[in-house]
Amino acid sequence: MIKENKTRKELIVSAIDNGTVIDHIPAKSLFQVIKILNLEGFENQVLFGTNLDSKKYQKKALIKVRNKFFKIDEINKIALVAPTATIIVIKNYDVIEKIDIEIPDQIINLVKCFNPNCITNHEKIPTKFIVIDKDELQVQCHYCEKIMEKEEIVFL
Amino acid sequence: MKNKSLLSINDYSKEEHIQILDHAEKFEKKPIQNLLNGYVIATLFFEPSTRTRLSFESAISRLGGRVIGFADSSSSSVSKGETLKDTILTVSNYADLIVMRHPKEGSARYASEVSPVPIINAGDGANQHPTQCLLDMYSIRKTQGTLNDIKIAFVGDLKYGRTVHSLVIALCNFNTEFHFVSPPSLKLPNSIKRHIKKNNLSFQEYYELDNILPIADIIYMTRIQQERFSDPIEYERVKNVYKLTPDLIENTKENMKIMHPLPRVNEIVESVDESSKAYYFTQALNGVYVRQALLTSILGKI
Ligand SMILES: [Zn+2]
Repeated sequence: MIKENKTRKELIVSAIDNGTVIDHIPAKSLFQVIKILNLEGFENQVLFGTNLDSKKYQKKALIKVRNKFFKIDEINKIALVAPTATIIVIKNYDVIEKIDIEIPDQIINLVKCFNPNCITNHEKIPTKFIVIDKDELQVQCHYCEKIMEKEEIVFL
Repeated sequence: MKNKSLLSINDYSKEEHIQILDHAEKFEKKPIQNLLNGYVIATLFFEPSTRTRLSFESAISRLGGRVIGFADSSSSSVSKGETLKDTILTVSNYADLIVMRHPKEGSARYASEVSPVPIINAGDGANQHPTQCLLDMYSIRKTQGTLNDIKIAFVGDLKYGRTVHSLVIALCNFNTEFHFVSPPSLKLPNSIKRHIKKNNLSFQEYYELDNILPIADIIYMTRIQQERFSDPIEYERVKNVYKLTPDLIENTKENMKIMHPLPRVNEIVESVDESSKAYYFTQALNGVYVRQALLTSILGKI
């Protein structure tokens, strides 16, 4: 019975022979993940599905990128919007590796400082934030030292 | 500390803070020392602050150094739209160290990342003003004989007052007992309170001054700015709650000193100035010694 479900689910987004599956993305974060990973600019095959049923979460999204194996730093960037995501590395239709997303210690040039008086909003400077609380997702601007809460985070 | 920019009070360790204060003590005893002969120091004030600029320039002059710079950005290429990066890169060709004040938060840290010479932050917007913090520490140590176990009351605008935030953080290294007196809308930010708790120290919050007057070793007054209030009636009420008068300081400890980062408006009435407990003008003078200590430490001349 379970096996049957699984087969049906996999049919929704077809399998890839080689590449990366990003699973358990919160459905509402799918397009942000696409943007952060810059998938729009990809030449590779990219498949995605959203509002899929999930055992762990209410509605999830997943992305499959053919022939692409992400570096861990690259993929951890999505932790801000999809901390629940799992990365599955596929080779020859086999699962080679499953990696949980980890919130990085620093976030470089990905997030905009919410402080209008911060120097990063006035000169061309790559932004830099230190993650001071990984559970609550609080980040501190390296420049103006203001602390942003999860809800205040805006992407560049 | 040699070549180490000072941008935020946390950039230096407790030991480095103490070292600066020890050096400052020597400069207080002997302020004229020709240690920076041949050195050029730039004071770049992208936003005017006569008090801070004069204190730095006095410190540099007493050490025999030369000052170049500007007192506000209208008289410089900044007004022509030059980026901060370009200004810093240009000036660093001419100076051994840059003292800067800038209206944007984080500007000093950014400048330190592009500058080949060390930077001293003389105020970056509402963020940091570390030399003010060091002179406050110096003033506390000098009047109380120690920085340890001090009972300090901060009064007024504790939400936006950057001098308060920096000083609280620096004092967390010295087993301080904190008392915070402010209107509910201007309470100390949670991030600073968390810092206190993380250091296993305690603090209390009050709306009125009365309770803390007899117990405080230091009463640190701050200015309450009208523009922080959306309701003018609330401002009028608050303004009068936090006003030190000669009557009020009668029942304070013998060793108690009143500090204020200046300029004051009406939170300390002028007749308090006569009291031996009024320390705010001497506090400002201490700034020169602390800045002498800092400049010579960073330039490796002490
Ligand atoms: Zn910032």
